[in-house]
Amino acid sequence: MSVDILMPALSPTMEEGTLSKWLVKEGDKVEPGDLIAEIETDKATMEVEAIDDGIIGKILVSEGQESIKVNSPIAVLLSEGEKLSDNKSSNEVKKEIKSELQNINENILQINGVKDDAQISKNISDISNKPDPKLNKKERIFASPLAKRIAKQRDIPLSSILGSGPQGRILKIDVDNFDNKKSDNTSLDSLEINNFEIVKNSAMRKTIAERLVKSKNEAPHFYLSLDCNIDELLKIRKTLNSKSNDEYKISVNDMIIKASSTTLLKVPKANASWENENTKYYNTTDISVAVAIEGGLITPIVKNVQSKGLLEISMDMKTLANKAKDGKLQPEEYIGGSFSISNLGMYGIKEFSAVINPPQGCILAVGSGEKRPIVINNEISIATIMTVTLSCDHRVVDGAVGAEFLSEFKNLIENPSLMLL
Amino acid sequence: MSNVDYDIIIIGGGPGGYVAAIRASQLGMSVALVEDKHLGGICLNWGCIPTKALLRASEIRHMLDNLDEFGFTVSNIKMDINNITSRSRKVASQLSSGISHLLKKNKVKVFEGFGSLAKDSSNMKKIIIKTKDNIINKTSNNVILATGARSRNLPFVSSDGVNIWDYKTAMTPPKLPSSIVIVGSGAIGMEFASFYNDLGVDVTILESLPSILPNEDNDISNIVKINFEKRGIKIKTNTSLKSVKNNKNSITAEISTNDKIEIINSEKLILAVGIIANTEKLGLENFNIKIDRGHVVTNEFLETDEKNIYAIGDLTKGPWLAHKASHEGILCVEKIAGYKNLEPIDKTSIPGCTYCRPQVASIGMTELQAKSNNLNIKIGKFPFIGNGKAIALGDSEGLIKTIFNKDTGELIGAHMVGPEVTELIQGFSIAKKLETTEYELMHTIFPHPTLSEGIHESVLDAYNKAIHY
Repeated sequence: MSVDILMPALSPTMEEGTLSKWLVKEGDKVEPGDLIAEIETDKATMEVEAIDDGIIGKILVSEGQESIKVNSPIAVLLSEGEKLSDNKSSNEVKKEIKSELQNINENILQINGVKDDAQISKNISDISNKPDPKLNKKERIFASPLAKRIAKQRDIPLSSILGSGPQGRILKIDVDNFDNKKSDNTSLDSLEINNFEIVKNSAMRKTIAERLVKSKNEAPHFYLSLDCNIDELLKIRKTLNSKSNDEYKISVNDMIIKASSTTLLKVPKANASWENENTKYYNTTDISVAVAIEGGLITPIVKNVQSKGLLEISMDMKTLANKAKDGKLQPEEYIGGSFSISNLGMYGIKEFSAVINPPQGCILAVGSGEKRPIVINNEISIATIMTVTLSCDHRVVDGAVGAEFLSEFKNLIENPSLMLL
Repeated sequence: MSNVDYDIIIIGGGPGGYVAAIRASQLGMSVALVEDKHLGGICLNWGCIPTKALLRASEIRHMLDNLDEFGFTVSNIKMDINNITSRSRKVASQLSSGISHLLKKNKVKVFEGFGSLAKDSSNMKKIIIKTKDNIINKTSNNVILATGARSRNLPFVSSDGVNIWDYKTAMTPPKLPSSIVIVGSGAIGMEFASFYNDLGVDVTILESLPSILPNEDNDISNIVKINFEKRGIKIKTNTSLKSVKNNKNSITAEISTNDKIEIINSEKLILAVGIIANTEKLGLENFNIKIDRGHVVTNEFLETDEKNIYAIGDLTKGPWLAHKASHEGILCVEKIAGYKNLEPIDKTSIPGCTYCRPQVASIGMTELQAKSNNLNIKIGKFPFIGNGKAIALGDSEGLIKTIFNKDTGELIGAHMVGPEVTELIQGFSIAKKLETTEYELMHTIFPHPTLSEGIHESVLDAYNKAIHY
C-alpha cells in the first residue's frame, strides 16, 4: 500500500516549513534511516529520515517550496512493485491522513534524535492534533484572474495590493495603480531606485517577529536596572582560567548564568511563567541564552544550571553556541527554558532593555563591564562596572520581586564566592 | 432642510429615471418621479421594445417564406401591416402599465407633467411641474435629470410624418410603402431596413461613413453587408444626403457618393441619423451645468458641476443605450446614498446589440480600435457554419470574433453576428466584468449543442486551439 510522507512537525512551534532540498528523487529506493529531504523550520534546517522501506513514487512539493503546512503530504512512498494509484482522490487521501495522523507521525518519520525525548514527542503530537489556527487565519486573497496574471508578470505579490473590488477583490486597475504608484515614486526620487534590496523573510525571521510581537503585545513589560561592580568576579575568573592549561575558558557570561540560576533559587517567584488561569513556577533553572546567528538569533538552553558547576556550564554553552551557529540545534535544545539572558557586553553596549522571551517571566539584559568612577565612602575610586537590566512580565513578576532578584543578583556578582554556597 | 418634500426628484421616467427611482426607494429615500408623456420612456414606448415586436413579425415572415426548407408547404399567407403594428403597440402599453405598477409598489410618487429646475435661495432644489391643468412646486435635496433624447433632423430636412419619417412613424406606418430610403446605418436604421425588407419593401440605405454599422468591427459589418445585399437591400456607403424634394406621394433625394451626385426616387424616407439630448426648457441655464456638444457634462458618478444635481442616460455622453442609462441611474442613487467603493462605469464593458437579421452584438474594442491603441493582440474567429446547433436551426450565417491582449490574456473585445447573438453577448459581458483571461474561458464547459459553443471555439481559435474549425 502506498503511504504518504508528511511534512513533519520538527518543533512544537512549527506550523509550516520550507522544503529546502530533496535528497531523493522519484523512483529511488529508500530504506529506514535513509535521509530523504532537508527541511527549513522556523528555527533551523533539519534532515528527515525514511522509516519504512519502499520506493519514492511521487514527489508532491518542489524544492524550495515555502509555507508547507505541517502534516500535509510531501511525497508518496510505494512498496516494491506497486504503481501509483489513481483511484484515490486526494481528498480521500487527506481524510485518511487526518485520522491516521498520530500513527503516521509515530511510524513513518523519525527526526534525528528527537524521537526519544518524551516531552518533545508529546509537544509534537499535541500540535498535530490541534486544529491549525493559522490555517483559518490565513485568508485567501481574492483577485480577478486577469489581476493575478498581470501581478505575476510584474512580480508584484498580491498580498501587497489593496483590492478595490467587491469585498476587497483585487482588479486589474489595482495592479495598474500599484505599478503606477511605484513608478511615480521612483520617478520623483530616482536616487532611491536601487537604494534598497528586498530580502525574503526566512522562517526564522518570521518566527522571531511573531514571538516578539506577541511578547510585546501580551506581556506588560517593566524594567529595572542596577550597576554591579565586577572587579572581584574578574579576579576569580582570571584565577580559574589561569589553571586551565587551555582545557577550558570560563567567560563572564558563564558566571552570569550561574549567578542567575543561584538568584532564581533564592527568589523562586521570578522563575515563573504566566499561563492565564495559572502561574507556572519552575523547579529547575533552565537558562536560555540569546545567541546571534546568521539571519537572526536563537536561545539555546543551559539546562539544570542549579546542579551544574561553572566548568560544565561553560562546556554546555560552547557546544550549544556552535550548534546554533551551524543551524544544528535540536528542538529540545532551544524550546523551553525558565529564564533568559541577553548579553551585548562584547559589543560595548553600556545598558539596554530586552524583550521577554515568552512564556518566560523575565529576561536579563547585560551590558559591558567598563571602568567607571564610583563613590565609596565619600571618595571617588575606579571600578569595573556592569549595568544589568531586568525586563519583567508584570503579570507574574511584580516590582518588588524583580527588585529582590536584582539586588540578590548584584550581591552574588559582587561576592562571587557566595555562589559556592 | 426642514421642509424639503423629497430626498430625490427624478425628471424623466425612461429606463434611466424609473430604475433610479426604484433603487432610491429601496434605499429608504423619499422619491418623486416627474414624467411628461409615458412611463418607460422612448425605449419602452417607442424604441427598444416595440421595434423588437415588429422584428419578431418580420422574422416570422422570413421563416414563412422559407418553410419548404423545413418540410412545410403553406399557401395563401396573408399579412396585415396594421395588425403587426397594433401588436407592437400592445406590447409597449403592457410594459408601460407594468412600470406604473412597479413604481406604485415601490412607493414612488409619480407626477404627470413637465418638470424643470428653478432657482431657490435655500440649499434645497426646487422643481416646477407643469401638469395638464396646473403648476406644482416641489423641493428636494437631490435632482436626477433623466430626460433622454429625441431623433435628430438634418438642417435641410425634417420628418413630417407623411413621406419623411422619424422612428415613430416608421413604427406605425398606415400602410406598407413600396420603397424606402433609410438615412443612417446605425442600429435604428439597420433594424428598420431589415424589417421592411423582410416585409417586401424595396430598401436603400445611405451611410456617410465607409461602412454600415460604423461602430462595429469591420468583419462583422462586412458580413451584414453581404447578407443585406443578397436580400436585395441597396447599400450606399460614403454617401450623404444633399437634399430631399417632398412630392405628393413620394420623395426625390439628391445624394452624393464620393462627390458623385445621383438622384433617387422613393415612396418614403426614414431619418435615422442620430439623436439630440432633451436639454431644453429644464432651466439648466440658471445653474452651473455644462453642456458639451448637446449633452450634459457630469463627473464619473453622474453629478453635474452643480452640487446635488445629477444627469444620466441619453442626456449625457454616449453610448446612448437603455442599459447604460439604467446602470447610471443605480450608480448615481447609490452615490447619493453615500455608498463607498462604487465603481464608475467602464465604457469598454457596455454591450451593444442590433436586432436586424442577422443580429449583431458586441462589447469592447474593435480590431481597428485595439490596433490604433497599439495593443499587442490575438484574434479568434469562429463562423457559425461550424456550429451544429446553428445548422440545425437553419441559421448558420455569422461569425464570433474575439480579441485578446496577447501579453496579458485580457479579453479586449468580442464581436458577433448571427443567430441569437444578442442573447449570447452577456457571456462576454460577465467574462469582462470578472476579468477572466483566455484561460478561464477555454476551461469553461459550454453545453452541447448550443450556439454558445461558438464562443468557446472563437476563444480557442485565438490561441490556435479551435476544434471545429
